[in-house]
Amino acid sequence: MDLTELYQDLILDHGKKPRNFGKCNKFNHDAEGHNPLCGDNIHVYLSLDTDKKVKDISFEGSGCAISVASSSIMTEIVKGKTEKQARELLNAFFKMIKEGQEIKKAGLSEDEHIKFSSLAGVGRFPMRVKCATLSWHTLKAALDDEKKPINSEIID
Amino acid sequence: MNLKDIKSQFPIFKSNKNLIYFDTANSAQKPIQVIDALEDFYKNHYANIGRAVYGLAARATADFESTRETIKEFVNGTEGEIIFTKNSTESLNLVAHCFGKLLKEGDEIILTEAEHHSNYVPWHFLRKKKVNIKFIPINEDGEVEVNKLTSLITNKTKIISVIHISNVTGLTTDLKKIISIAKAKKIPVCIDGTQAVAHSHVDLKDLDCDFYAFSSHKIYGPTGVGILYMKNKWIEQFEPFNGGGGMIQNVDTKNITYASGVSKFEAGSLASAEVIALKQAVKFVKDIKVKNIISHEQSLASYALEKISKFNDVEFVGRPSNKGSVFSFNIKGVHAHDASTVFDEDNIAVRAGHHCCQILHKKMKIGSSLRMSFGVYNNKQDIDAICESIKKCKKIFKLK
Ligand SMILES: Cc1ncc(COP(=O)(O)O)c(C=O)c1O
Repeated sequence: MDLTELYQDLILDHGKKPRNFGKCNKFNHDAEGHNPLCGDNIHVYLSLDTDKKVKDISFEGSGCAISVASSSIMTEIVKGKTEKQARELLNAFFKMIKEGQEIKKAGLSEDEHIKFSSLAGVGRFPMRVKCATLSWHTLKAALDDEKKPINSEIID
Repeated sequence: MNLKDIKSQFPIFKSNKNLIYFDTANSAQKPIQVIDALEDFYKNHYANIGRAVYGLAARATADFESTRETIKEFVNGTEGEIIFTKNSTESLNLVAHCFGKLLKEGDEIILTEAEHHSNYVPWHFLRKKKVNIKFIPINEDGEVEVNKLTSLITNKTKIISVIHISNVTGLTTDLKKIISIAKAKKIPVCIDGTQAVAHSHVDLKDLDCDFYAFSSHKIYGPTGVGILYMKNKWIEQFEPFNGGGGMIQNVDTKNITYASGVSKFEAGSLASAEVIALKQAVKFVKDIKVKNIISHEQSLASYALEKISKFNDVEFVGRPSNKGSVFSFNIKGVHAHDASTVFDEDNIAVRAGHHCCQILHKKMKIGSSLRMSFGVYNNKQDIDAICESIKKCKKIFKLK
């Protein structure tokens, strides 16, 4: 695999100019994630409305291009989805990265599908898998109202 | 002394033809003499040490003790003051734990902001006893501001524990000054010498510190062995660290008396094969001569700094003009982990992260950095190669 495939334009763009960065308005769920080995940390904020839809989602933190891009892309894709869909997506993300499983298009627009799949290549760099999964683990922790910061070094 | 042919003594570079290894500060590669010594012991002479009287055991014990002697000579230590541990981290934990038992609420410890976590976390444990920790600050160049030490010392200061050479910036602490200030106030000094041994002259009689810790695996020796030099005064005064076989004198159902000397701190079966092979690592370094290693590593560092600083988007961590065997940098706009992945594609091993020095990185307002460290096997071509890799990295990340 070529490095330019890992660091494709979409990932570089999201890595440099992350979307949904900062604390979103009136969040009612949040969680922290850390990777103590590389020093990456992230805080995910989300606002779930009464019918369990992700009204808004954002993140703060610092990390490498892959971790920031993965967080940024995650917030774009999850925004507007139901909690159930968000959970399905995060499971699909772990399957894609860890088992190389293609994600079914169902429920994702063409654009969302491209963004989601742009991170698939990370799976071929075992040392970098944790960079990509940190934000998704943290999203799960936020949905679960997990109070303790999660540690991607231990989970993955 | 020509170090050109030294690389051929390291089998790792035969099994990994294109490997360029810049991570000696993390752990050094092993020369064939060390690997052979391990194999020879296991194949031909293996027995546990210090437990039995038969021939094999006696020889193993003698070989083990002869490494102690070799280490003692190498760092100019004194008889009966070299303790074997698991690694430098354990050496420092031993000091902090045993010394900590002598402390009470309100007592103070002085460290520096450049410490590796292994010379901070063990002392942090003592905060449970309400012991206070103070830090000698580092300036923006990464230098330990030794002139601020005097103002930190009070009549409650019980120990000063400092790093010898930084594993991030490569800067050397002015130990002579620290020790002379401490001596005037009768405060003991502990030194984390993990990055100094085999990269600079270490003379413990000349330094006259109370404790000095380092690891075998960073000086071309096997893993699993640490060294702790401890003045006899403390050997006598400290309670044991671990309890078990080897550290006792007499045991009955009511009372136990402990072994005297270094044995008091060497409970249980030790990494005997590794200690025995460590002798060959020290011999390897002594044959090359530390002064030749210093000039080799300094000339590589100068060359690397000159070439790498030509990239306009490189920022060094601290002041690299005090060159040694280690320095760290970042490429502006590229996270250290991303750069490290690019280097890895070219078989260049460079460590990215905070290198177990979060205080230093926070002080420098960075999260992580790329660390280059040199060993006897590095050469100028290695540095040319990483410069090509930096160019590649800039291209991938679309930097001008
Ligand atoms: C300055 C310093 N101190 C202590 C240590 C800990 O050494 P070890 O992991 O061998 O215990 C290191 C290792 O990176 C170091 O660089």
